[in-house]
Amino acid sequence: MTRDLHSIVLNVNGDEVTVRVEARQTLAGMLRDQLGLTGTNLGCEHGVCGACTVLLGGRTARSCTLLAVQANGRSVTTVEGLAADGDPLHPVQQAFADHHALQCGFCTPGFLLTTIEYLDEEPEADPDSIRERLSANLCRCTGYHNIVAAVKDLLERRTGR
Amino acid sequence: MIPAPFSYFAPDTLEEALSLLGEYGESAKILAGGQSLLPLMAFRLVRPEVLVDLGGIEALSRYELAGGRLTIGSMVTHRTIELDHRITSRCDMLREALDVLGHVAIRNVGTVGGSLAHADPAGEWLAVALALDGRIMVTGPRGNRDVAADGFATGWMTSCLSPDEIVTGVRLDMPGPGTGSAFEEVARRHGDFAVVGVAARVSVEGEAVTGARIALAGAASTPIRAHRAEALLTGTTLSGPDLDAACEAAASETDPVADLHGSVEYKRRLARVLTRRAVSRAYRRASAPA
Ligand SMILES: Cc1cc2nc3c(=O)[nH]c(=O)nc-3n(C[C@H](O)[C@H](O)[C@H](O)COP(=O)(O)OP(=O)(O)OC[C@H]3O[C@@H](n4cnc5c(N)ncnc54)[C@H](O)[C@@H]3O)c2cc1C
Ligand code: FES
Ligand code: FES
Repeated sequence: MTRDLHSIVLNVNGDEVTVRVEARQTLAGMLRDQLGLTGTNLGCEHGVCGACTVLLGGRTARSCTLLAVQANGRSVTTVEGLAADGDPLHPVQQAFADHHALQCGFCTPGFLLTTIEYLDEEPEADPDSIRERLSANLCRCTGYHNIVAAVKDLLERRTGR
Repeated sequence: MIPAPFSYFAPDTLEEALSLLGEYGESAKILAGGQSLLPLMAFRLVRPEVLVDLGGIEALSRYELAGGRLTIGSMVTHRTIELDHRITSRCDMLREALDVLGHVAIRNVGTVGGSLAHADPAGEWLAVALALDGRIMVTGPRGNRDVAADGFATGWMTSCLSPDEIVTGVRLDMPGPGTGSAFEEVARRHGDFAVVGVAARVSVEGEAVTGARIALAGAASTPIRAHRAEALLTGTTLSGPDLDAACEAAASETDPVADLHGSVEYKRRLARVLTRRAVSRAYRRASAPA
């Protein structure tokens, strides 16, 4: 079959980009291979591990189980969009660093974006819901404890508890 | 992993989508959220030559709660319903089912119509539709039809849809006054498909059950209704022996398949235990003053 190419326009980390993609190209594939944004990691590639999580229109989505063409006209935030090179880290990134919430770092971009959506949607969330929310992402290194501590800290600072 | 090549169409209208399906026939597949289809395509278990993306058809992304009835367009995401408190405060079953359907990132993208059409025996939506007397709205080259949720799935991951038909939405009866509902499931990990799930809706007058709906997910090759258990509950006040008998009946109405998540015996046991929990909670809610 000849390659089915589509021209799509989307906003990636604040910049409007036009990309020609094969219909079968995933959003993750486009971000990594065509835009060079390799912070979005691919683990399972079928929606289970959460490593590839990005924000699509401000909401988390698995970029491995989404076609790039499905993101046409939408805005996408990847880990690269959280803080520019040389700028201070995003508060969520800083909290992960402070709490040693990463070891190899493979899962971290996904956890950061999952956390950002969570804090955004539920600024007053009960800390008990943290583990449930983070269960969308898998980590093979940390044992989760320090990730939960980082998010709890962010939540407590937010609510002044 | 990347899907095999295919041609992609994103029609703006239902008519265009239907004509594309008509033109490409069995070589075409509908794309909704892609949360079930794209993994299958990545593994190359499914290799459509054409994908027809319904994402651009605005009419399918609407939903409405009116007169005790919830009508949901097929492209409405799980998360949209989950975050609408008008709906979740009216229907505990839906709230509890959506809370355990995948993860937020899946619910942000996956659609109600995609779930129904996918007809996974362990999917929450079809079980909920069974318990809420759901009607699935379908359109195709031969016009529109309404299919009762009970009978929509015809076998393991198969439905009565033909390849040129599109699910446009589902209509659900919301529990009214004197009716309570609940959803219970056991999954291996948070966000996984249910091993077994139970949706229950119970109507009560005084202390007596006047009607019950019990639907089970993961307990047979399709989601099923436990008709005998429903009949056994009706007229009772949910005393110990009556509830025991109904839960036993529900378990015997299942036809589970043993897999790595559990044996037939284990799944039957889950059906019995989860039916008890869901029915008891629905009954309590029905009896609670509004
Ligand atoms: C990690 C993970 C966990 C999940 N956990 C759960 C879970 O616990 N419970 C659960 O129920 N689901 C779960 N899902 C699946 C998810 O709910 C999907 O969103 C849903 O099953 C399919 O919806 P979709 O919109 O993504 O459809 P798609 O994947 O786009 O389509 C699914 C199938 O339905 C067909 N189809 C789609 N829309 C229509 C339509 N309108 N008319 C006719 N045919 C159509 C497609 O051709 C395809 O065959 C999970 C998915 C993942 C990746
Ligand atoms: S790589 Fe996308 S969820 Fe695992
Ligand atoms: S830090 Fe290594 S996978 Fe999470």
